Amino acid sequence: MLEVSGLHVSYGQSEVIHGVDITVKKNETLAIMGRNGMGKTTLFKSLIGVLPTTDGSIKIDGEELTGKESFQRVASGIAYVPQGRMIFPSLTVQENIETGMEVSRMKRIPDEIFALFPVLHEMRHRKGGNLSGGQQQQLAIARALVTNPKVLLLDEPTEGIQPSIIKDIANILNEIRKLRDITIIVSEQVLSFTMAIADRIIVIDKGKFIHEDLRENVDTDKISKYLSV
Amino acid sequence: MGGFSYEELQAILVMQGFAGLSLFSVLLLMALGLAIIFGQMGVINMAHGEFMAVGAYTTYMLSTITETYVPGFMNYYFVFSIIAAFLVAGVIGYFLEFSLIRHLYKRPLDTLLATWGVSLIMQQIFRSVFGAREVSPTLPEWLMGSYQPTDTIDIPLNGLFVLGLTAFVTGAVFYLMFKSRWGLRVRATTQNRLMSGAVGINTKMVDRLTFALGCGIAGIAGAAFTTIASTGPTTGSLYIVDTFMVVVFGGAASLFGTIASAFSIAQAQSIMEFFLSGSMAKVLTLLTIVVILMLRPEGLFSIKIRK
Repeated sequence: MLEVSGLHVSYGQSEVIHGVDITVKKNETLAIMGRNGMGKTTLFKSLIGVLPTTDGSIKIDGEELTGKESFQRVASGIAYVPQGRMIFPSLTVQENIETGMEVSRMKRIPDEIFALFPVLHEMRHRKGGNLSGGQQQQLAIARALVTNPKVLLLDEPTEGIQPSIIKDIANILNEIRKLRDITIIVSEQVLSFTMAIADRIIVIDKGKFIHEDLRENVDTDKISKYLSV
Repeated sequence: MGGFSYEELQAILVMQGFAGLSLFSVLLLMALGLAIIFGQMGVINMAHGEFMAVGAYTTYMLSTITETYVPGFMNYYFVFSIIAAFLVAGVIGYFLEFSLIRHLYKRPLDTLLATWGVSLIMQQIFRSVFGAREVSPTLPEWLMGSYQPTDTIDIPLNGLFVLGLTAFVTGAVFYLMFKSRWGLRVRATTQNRLMSGAVGINTKMVDRLTFALGCGIAGIAGAAFTTIASTGPTTGSLYIVDTFMVVVFGGAASLFGTIASAFSIAQAQSIMEFFLSGSMAKVLTLLTIVVILMLRPEGLFSIKIRK
């Protein structure tokens, strides 16, 4: 499904991602864990094409994505929920979701979306900027889902969200996996959240992958040690 | 109010008020184009006035051509010339964006200088092609004359026409911006360019079409302008300052603000001009705007949301 090989990303002269390889299968959920400043967000930004890559390749179903613009990558089947949600604050909830429907050429927001996120249906005429953090997170996920992605990227979806809502978001993600054939890559610092959704966990440190394990075999103490400062 | 009777004063107010409405129409058409371009890509288009002149000269050319070759068509050509003005200015805008502006998006000061350069070049082109003297198209008969509700009040028909045209164009822009998919793309890009790309919007294409549309509307303003004044090579630059004032005063992100500020600036100037000299009227308007902007730096209307 998604194959990344030898990916290098830099800001000017300083390289932040030093050649990582990722292979994710269809319907698999991969969690990339690491402390702040280890390159999680940079990695995600380069996958969606907001940041240019210096070297390496990104392929979806064999189709090369490097060198393509963000909107073309979205059309190829990759969707992005950024850190900090970045919804459009002065568009209504409904309009926010509709911005994602450019590439999927849908006319109406599918009922499936409002079934997953009933709160968005309730608030569809409100401005996105007036929603709470958890609601904005759901909105950002909905906006990404209407592009009909093969691969969904979620960058720290639990950041700044209260624990009870974090559980809701984990449930929603598991629900989405049941409904669609979708590959999910999520970057996280909260181990309980990743254990609730991921099939496989990778730990990133200083722009390199240093540990990888299937969820069944994960030694939580060891991973916690990687995540503590 | 030195020697005017109550009835005369009333007539003056109505007629000056109406002259203000004509000025309002042209200012609003200009400001709409400028505001959507500025809102969308943060480009301050110093050549915007010249796109208005492009529209005015297009109208003049069509009028001359019609007069020479198909005089029988004189009554209708004006409608076509509005469409032609929109298309010509729009197409020139499209190519200007493609060849120059898009290379300068991350350098706002450079766009200011570059578009100013473009405006000088365009002015010189007008001067070389049409001459330095002001020109006027021959207006169709149905635009001449005036409507007289009472003995002392004279409302010119061309002013009414321009007002109607402005209402139509404003309505169309509102529909495009708030009801169409294209408008959604524009508003999304305005708020967050990077994220718009990351949800699948081709932001560069949106930029180019927005720029073309803004210039096209300036072209319509030019066509409308020919009915109330004559066109010279520097006509555009005379209007650009007022247009900027309208956009800043109204609040760059708000179309309602643009309308309200165009209305108040045009009315204030037109009514004061009758009682004071033209430059005093301008000074007073500017002073008022400066004071209001000091109190409300974001302009008359700004959208209230959590940030």
